[in-house]
Formats: sequence, C-alpha cells, structure tokens
Amino acid sequence: MNDPKNGMTLIVKTVTRVTVWLIVLYGIYLILHGHLTPGGGFGGGVILALAFLNIMLAYGRDATQKWLNIKFLEDIEAVSATLFLFMGILGIALGGRFLMNFLPKGTPHALFSAGTIPILNILIGIKVAMSLFLVVWVLAGLHEEEGGKK
Amino acid sequence: MILPYFIAIPLLSAFLISLIAGKKDYWAILLSTVAGASLLILSIYSMIVQNGETLVYEMGFWKVPIGIVLVQDALTCLMLVLVSLISFTSLLYSVQYIQHMDRNWKYYALFMLLVTGMNGVIITGDLFNLFVFMEIALLSAFALVAYGGKAEEYEAAFKYAVMGALSSILVLVGIAILYSATSTLTMAKIAEKVPSLDPKLLFWVGGIFLAGLGLKAAIMPFHAWLPDAHSSAPAPISAMLSGVLIKVLGIYAMIRLYFNVFGAPELYMNIFLVLGAISIILGGLLSVVQWDMKRLLAYSSVSQIGYILVGLGIGTELGILGAIFHLFSHAIFKSLLFYNAGAVEMALGTRDLRKMGFLGKVMPVTSATSLVGGLAISGIPPFNGFISKLIIIIALIKADAPVYAILAIIGSILTLGAIMKMQRYGFRGETEITKITEKIGWRMQSAMILLAVLCLLSGLLLLPGIREAALDPVVAVLADPGQYMQLVLGR
Repeated sequence: MNDPKNGMTLIVKTVTRVTVWLIVLYGIYLILHGHLTPGGGFGGGVILALAFLNIMLAYGRDATQKWLNIKFLEDIEAVSATLFLFMGILGIALGGRFLMNFLPKGTPHALFSAGTIPILNILIGIKVAMSLFLVVWVLAGLHEEEGGKK
Repeated sequence: MILPYFIAIPLLSAFLISLIAGKKDYWAILLSTVAGASLLILSIYSMIVQNGETLVYEMGFWKVPIGIVLVQDALTCLMLVLVSLISFTSLLYSVQYIQHMDRNWKYYALFMLLVTGMNGVIITGDLFNLFVFMEIALLSAFALVAYGGKAEEYEAAFKYAVMGALSSILVLVGIAILYSATSTLTMAKIAEKVPSLDPKLLFWVGGIFLAGLGLKAAIMPFHAWLPDAHSSAPAPISAMLSGVLIKVLGIYAMIRLYFNVFGAPELYMNIFLVLGAISIILGGLLSVVQWDMKRLLAYSSVSQIGYILVGLGIGTELGILGAIFHLFSHAIFKSLLFYNAGAVEMALGTRDLRKMGFLGKVMPVTSATSLVGGLAISGIPPFNGFISKLIIIIALIKADAPVYAILAIIGSILTLGAIMKMQRYGFRGETEITKITEKIGWRMQSAMILLAVLCLLSGLLLLPGIREAALDPVVAVLADPGQYMQLVLGR
C-alpha cells in the first residue's frame, strides 16, 4: 500500500490514513441521524463516497483496487437498491400503500424512532455512496481501458 | 391496487438483472422478458377494469397536498398499454439483435430503467415527480443510444445529452416558477389555483414549458437532436425512442400540463397548430431527401408528431380523438418500420438505401411487414394511419381551418413519397440480393408480424361499441380539462 511510485506523497498518504476514518464516521453519523438532524441518506452517502475517493486519490488506483473489492461494491449497490424497493413493497403488504410505515414510531427525537425512515436512510446512504464512488471510479479508469484495447 | 407495480416491476427487474446476471445474458433476458410480459398483462387488465373512472393512489397514505399521488385515468391506461406493448415487442426483437452485437446484461438493465421512467411519467400526479421520472428515462436513453460504442453513436448520444439537459433545465425552471406561485407540486392542486394566477406569469411559464417539452417531443424548431439519436441507436431502441419515448416525455407531459393543469388556453392551442403544421411540412420534406433508411424514418417521426400536435391544437373532441388515435397508431407502425430497418441493417450490414436491392426472396417477412408499415404511415386505407389522419383532417375542416387541412394532406403526400422511396430502393430495387450475412430469427419475425397485424386491427378501436369503451373516456379527459382536477381532489 505504501508504494512510493503510486499515488501522492508520503505526507498526503499519512494524513489520509488518519483523517479518512473521521470522514467515514461523519458520513455514518449523518446517515444514522437522518431522521433527526439536517442531512440524511443522500448527504451522508456523498460523504462516505468522498472518503473512498480520498483513498483513491492519495494511494492511486492500483493500490485501491487491491484493498477494495470493486465487484463486491457493485453488488452492495444493487442489493441496497433492491432492498429499498422491497421496503416499499413490504409497505403495501403490511400497511396497504407503497412505502407505508409498518414499524412502531417510537418516541420523537430518539435515535431508534420514526418507523421505517432510518432503515430507508441507511439503504439510500449505501446506494449513494457506492454509486457516486463507482461513477468516478469508472470514469477515471476509462482512458486506461481504451489504451488497453489498442 | 396495481398502480405502483407499474414502477416497481421494471425497477425491480433492472436491479435484479444487475445483481444476478453474470457475464452472460441468459438471466437478463429471462427477467426482462418476464417483467415486460407481466407489465403488458397488467396494463391490459387495468384498462379493462378501469371503466372510465379516475383512481388516485396516495403513496404511503400521505394526503394530497403533502404526499405524492399516482393518478390513473383513461388516458393513463391507454398510454400504459402502448408503452408495455412496444417495450414487450422491442424486448422480443432485442434478444437476437443485441446478441448479434454482443452479449451483455447491461442493455436489459438500462432498458428496464427506460420503461420505469416512462411508466412513472405516465402514472404520476405530481409535477416534480414527473421531472424525476423524465430524467430516469432520459439518462437511460442516452446510454442506450451510445450502446453500439462507435464514434458516431457517441456523438449522437452526446448531442442528445446536451439537448436533453437543456430541455430538463427549462422544465425544472418552469416547475420552480409554478411552485413559487402556487406553493404546491400536485398537478391537480396547481390546476385549482391557476385561474387566480397572473396571466403574464402563465404566459411565460407556458412558453418555458413549451420549449422544454417541445425539445423532448422534437417539434420542429427543437428537433435537431432527433435524427442523429434515433438513427444511431440500436434498432429496438430506435423503435422505443421514436415509438413511445418522445410521445410520453413530450406529448403526454404537454397534454397533462396544457390541458389538465392550465385548462387548454387559447393562445397555446394556436401555437400547437402552427408548430404542428410546420413540423408536418418540414419533417416530411427533410425525410424525402434522406438516403439513410433510419434517418428517413426519424425525420418522418418529426412530421407525424406534427399531426398529433395539430390534432391537439384544434381542441374539438374530434380533433383530440384524431390526435390520441394517431399517437396510438404512430407508435405501432413507426416501431414496426424501425424493426424492419434494423433487420435489413443486420442482414446486409448497411443502412444506405442505394446499396440495397430486391429483398422479397431472402427476407419475405421483413419485406412484407415493411409494406404494411409503410402503407399505414402514409395513410392508405384500411390501415390505422389512414383512419387517424382522416379524423384529423375532417376535424380541421369542421373547425374552419382549411389551410391546415391542406397542409396536413400535403404532409401525408410527402410521407408517402418518403416511404415509396424506401420501398423502391430498399426492398424492391433492381439488383436481386441472394446472400445475407445473418438470418432473421423467429423472435424478430414474430415481433414484426405482431405489430403488422396490429396496424390492421387497431382500426377496430373506432368501431361503435369498442370506441365508447376504449377511446371516448380518453377524449373526455382532454375535452373537459377541469374534470381532472375535480376527480383527483375528490370533489
């Protein structure tokens, strides 16, 4: 991972190694508190994607590919989208309308409250994080792929 | 209620395809065909049981001004049947056509997203939701236009993407202005508040929407992207784009906005008439001079969209009936003609009419169905195109607009000229062609035969007895624009 030929300088790599977990933590915080504070699934997901992108920029594409299983990320993305749809259909089955709330609402302002909304926020967060990261990943790798073909 | 399943089924199949399809496309074909067939069955079933009523579905039980509503009335049902029909035949046709290019599941996932977007636009009753589904359909359409991966396809897709983004910005600005003026996004609620709005504001909002949705429908001054995009896409996608996408995103959204929300203002009806007439004539003239078979068909789409617009612009019940029926029949015969063009391109490897010849011996089904489609689009009895154009022309004469009637007839003759050129050079030329590179399989043939039969049979929709059940409720939605608002809001 610490190959000096790939990625940016040692300083950037070290700073990234320290800060990237804080960024991930902040993203998770925003997603989990989506029903209580400003932010939510989309905003938190974007921040999670930025954490991954930070690693890609600092350590280079090859090192990231070794560290992350890209195919697995693609699968998580599809699974989270499918699960969101299933939550909607469960709403029809248990509540009578698409995306209907079927869990107890709990006390307002508690972390575990607001019925299905936190679950939906988590699914959106995963989906957005993976999608945004993979979009940049694919676009950044486009020239390599074309060069390989020629 | 089955209304949300029209979005859920194609969306679910798109996600599942990307999840379980491996390197090959077997699962993708199976899943998308099952989804397409079930959508077709559901849409026909909902049209039969709907019985002219307006059904409102509140997502998550949120009441009208707060939540998003889905609305199903007669027009919705007709459009859903149309989209499901064309997308099912297109999937049937795709299997061999796409395998001929490569074996990739991504095509089917994108295709299902395209269907999701169109179904969403059709059933939503919320203005911003309409915009979101429009974007879903457009983004998958951009990717599908570029699917072949050649330079000209990328160029066409880029042009389409730029024009599509421009139109989306215009539509979004229009929605924002309407929202700031009425504080609601539900179309029925906006319709309720429209009479109290400043006429100047309505004038500008109408203009912005006309440019935005006109770009999506490829009406004449906004048509520049269409011939590139529709001729470069793979043939089943050309059929989807020309057959249903421009109608759903352009014409259907216009109908909902200008008729059901704005209440059919006189000014915009006249603009529809003028723009429609320009589209008919110029689209026809441009299609006659083309030598690329798919480009010729794409320009004739511009011309046929003009007929629909003129029919809407007349504003009488007969004119609206003609417009709705032409929308229905154009989707069928234009998709059929694009399938024919795709089959010829696959067999001969060219779209240039000058390099083709007599194809009756080697491709009997393609050549016969192309004759049916060609006669239908140029308005020869007894096909559906004749009936719909006749209704529009009679409506124009009855509404005291003989100039437009003459223009419509000239446009019909121009279409006939373009189609005769296609038949003369493409299918019945002098040089006998004996060798083709690839045989047309049973799935492609059955898709073409199905649509050719429908070209003949859909004229039956106008028979007394069927017409009252199938088309009259649709006309009533447009002829009495205020009714939509009352039925959705339940008063």
